[in-house]
Amino acid sequence: MSAIEDLLRQILWLPEPNSTFAPRVDQLHFFVITVTMIASVLTGLLAFFFFFKYRERKPRQSTPLVIPSVKFEIAVISVPLFFFLLWFVQGYKDYVWYTTPPENAMDVYVMAKKWMWKFSYGAEGPNAIATLHVPAHRPVRLLMTSRDVIHSFFVPDFRIKQDVIPGRYTETWFEATKPGRYQILCSQYCGTWHSQMWGEVVVMEGPEFDQWMLEQRKGALSARVDSGGDDGPAFHGSIVEYGKQVAMNQGCVKCHSLDGEPHIGPTWLDLYNKKEVLENGETVIADEAYLTDSMIDPRGKIVKGFKPVMPTYKGRLAAPDAAALVEFIKSLRTPGLEAVPSKEAIYEPAKPAQH
Amino acid sequence: MSQPSQLSTEHPDKPVIPAVNYLNADRGVWSWLTTIDHKRIGVMYLVSVLIAFLLGGIFAMALRLELLTPGPTIMGANTYNRMFTLHGVVMIFLFMIPAIPGVFGNFLLPLMLGAKDVAFPRLNLLSLYLYWTGATLALSGMIMGGTDTGWTFYAPYSTTTPMTLFPVLLGVFILGFSSILTGLNFIVTVHTLRAPGMGWMRLQLFVWAIYATSIIQVLATPVIGLTVMLIGIEKVGHFGLFDPSRGGDPVLFQHMFWFYSHPAVYIMVLPSMGVISEAIAAFARKNIFGYKMIAYSSLGIAFVGFFAWGHHMFVSGQSSLDNGAFAAISMLVGVFTAIKVFNWVATLYRGSIAVKTPLVYICGFLFFVVFGGMTGIAVATVSLDVHWHDTYFVIAHFHFIMVGAVIMAFLIALHYWFPKMFGRMYHEGWGMVAASLIVLGFNATFIPQFLLGNAGMPRRYYIYPERYQALNVASTAGASLLAFGFLIILIYLIYALVRGPIAGDNPWDSRGYEWMTTSPPPKHNFDVTPVITQDSHSYQEPGEEVEHVVI
Repeated sequence: MSAIEDLLRQILWLPEPNSTFAPRVDQLHFFVITVTMIASVLTGLLAFFFFFKYRERKPRQSTPLVIPSVKFEIAVISVPLFFFLLWFVQGYKDYVWYTTPPENAMDVYVMAKKWMWKFSYGAEGPNAIATLHVPAHRPVRLLMTSRDVIHSFFVPDFRIKQDVIPGRYTETWFEATKPGRYQILCSQYCGTWHSQMWGEVVVMEGPEFDQWMLEQRKGALSARVDSGGDDGPAFHGSIVEYGKQVAMNQGCVKCHSLDGEPHIGPTWLDLYNKKEVLENGETVIADEAYLTDSMIDPRGKIVKGFKPVMPTYKGRLAAPDAAALVEFIKSLRTPGLEAVPSKEAIYEPAKPAQH
Repeated sequence: MSQPSQLSTEHPDKPVIPAVNYLNADRGVWSWLTTIDHKRIGVMYLVSVLIAFLLGGIFAMALRLELLTPGPTIMGANTYNRMFTLHGVVMIFLFMIPAIPGVFGNFLLPLMLGAKDVAFPRLNLLSLYLYWTGATLALSGMIMGGTDTGWTFYAPYSTTTPMTLFPVLLGVFILGFSSILTGLNFIVTVHTLRAPGMGWMRLQLFVWAIYATSIIQVLATPVIGLTVMLIGIEKVGHFGLFDPSRGGDPVLFQHMFWFYSHPAVYIMVLPSMGVISEAIAAFARKNIFGYKMIAYSSLGIAFVGFFAWGHHMFVSGQSSLDNGAFAAISMLVGVFTAIKVFNWVATLYRGSIAVKTPLVYICGFLFFVVFGGMTGIAVATVSLDVHWHDTYFVIAHFHFIMVGAVIMAFLIALHYWFPKMFGRMYHEGWGMVAASLIVLGFNATFIPQFLLGNAGMPRRYYIYPERYQALNVASTAGASLLAFGFLIILIYLIYALVRGPIAGDNPWDSRGYEWMTTSPPPKHNFDVTPVITQDSHSYQEPGEEVEHVVI
């Protein structure tokens, strides 16, 4: 069976299937394309055969009146419908599986901009441009956003693709099955050098990856000291570091303390996911949505006990800056309450579909 | 066009061109520019869309040449990006959408209904002028700096690109009005101007197809007008509609864009299906098999086509539930198309088939529409689309339908109705040669692109990884064959226009109502209003006993 699959893969120019998702896609692909080929060639040949068999033998010949029976009508509707629905059901099942990351997935943040990919591994991890290191046989979830226009993260060898959109996070996940280097391509048109917005996934064996991670963390600390004060596109720190810098530049910390003391505004320490009581008596959870809203429309939902004095940052904060600020606020935790990195996810992982 | 010497009365059997017909009833350029005759408007559309097709084709060849090598070949990155935008905008808005309805719909619809003209002849002329205005604007914008957004104008790229966008947007906006007015005109014409005896179930299938198309044009086109206007407003007034850094939502743009642009695919495809129904019946000398199924499936496609737009957005971050719903709905479009294909092939069964030039295209069309249609089902299968989305697989699927179905049908229509429009015949031998070249060249161009998509080459790539080169070279070679085929057609049709043998009123001995008048028709179509006594596509003589076969 696998020999046939390999042969088909070669005929169809498909890359090797190097993720857990790829074989699922390929199997359905083979089924659909085989039926498509057979149906279209048969139709063409049948028409050609009729041209020959029923060719004009004398001009103005009269022809019989051929009428469809009810059986024929039912057949031409139900046969294609059967195949189409079969493919839909299988395709959708696989898709739901693909959009449901396992709960133990390692999170990597992806930031796309014209025309490069940036990766960072949570608060403690290293950062990288263009190269994404991941372990084999462990699920990896990508939380992605863009700093300018829409891009799309595409790894043909894994059969995965997800648009990366400014102003919001999208996610995708994969589990690589074979160590190696696999190309990342941007597949959503994004301007002059769209066609060169490439990167690479480097898949390592698990232990090798853990070792690499340790070394990177040491290196990343010293690198961060070097890059202090650096801003904009060339920034090499993590998203959290970047968010901290935004907070400094924008003057947020003049009113919001980082140590738990209430000042002109509420403190940011342990703010994330805290239940806040508002002026009008309602309560809100200070989640990503509330935090972002409060930057754009600060007077919409004032926490009880504070004055509506904060100016709006609409137009002053670029979308990625706002996202970084949220990440920074999320990282401010009282020691002891510290969450493990994978729980800092933007989205809670959806529950797996029924098995 | 008709010379008196050929109207000789010495050989009464020899076909003649009527001394006075719509082509020579009035003379001078001014009489053409101010005409309200649907046939002349159709001919002017023909010239216009052929120029657009030539332009779009030149851009396509430039793109294919550029893609011969993985690195820069004949142009820079920005030129390439403008070039594919030009190719898309010109081919879709200036050729595909107006091609069959504008040319053959205008020319034939009143003839097929037994009417003297469309319901609103002046509005019809206005549509043509709007088309010219929109086309001029769009093309001038391309020349003045050029647009590099692709024909899809995705935000926020389009609202932030420094390149000229406004003339193109305004052009598309105006072209939309041309399309709406044509659709409206056709709907009213079909409802009010049918000849005595022409019931709905006697309408020719081309009329049904144009009618279904017109409904889409009237209902969907306003949305694209709105959408490009909003892009313009955001770009000029800096409102945050689609750009998230101003509080807008880029995915909203995609919903609005595809709400028009998916049905727009059926604006292009449905008329071509009507052409096939006409031509197959005529060349097989057969009553069309399953008339009602074909007619209703046109309406079915028009209806379902409105609810499938989300399948363009499977990887855009749209919710999984939405993706499932849009995928399921998309499958239905496939079923309606399958019904038509089965009925066309069954029409050939036990016919008396005259294997002429259009038949070569029909054979190609049947293969292309099944393969193109079913690869459409394949990309609507959500998990498969994750890999194929925005790769050359989608490009190949789209061109199988747009070139393989629509342009084949346009060529069939051009050959089948050429004698009707101009009273002369083209060279059959050259017709066969060109048709074979085009079918062959088409396969050679686009089958490699399916494989490129499988291999993972994204669309709109100026530079590509070296592993994709072999297939790109194959595709470019095929495109040259295709271009050569079109060149042959251009030459023999121009020759036929001037020197071709006189065709006679009904050279195919077709039973389509449009052949009941002379070729070319007189200015007012019919000297006597026809009374319809037979069903359309009926190849039985009145009272003739023929065998009835039920399959």
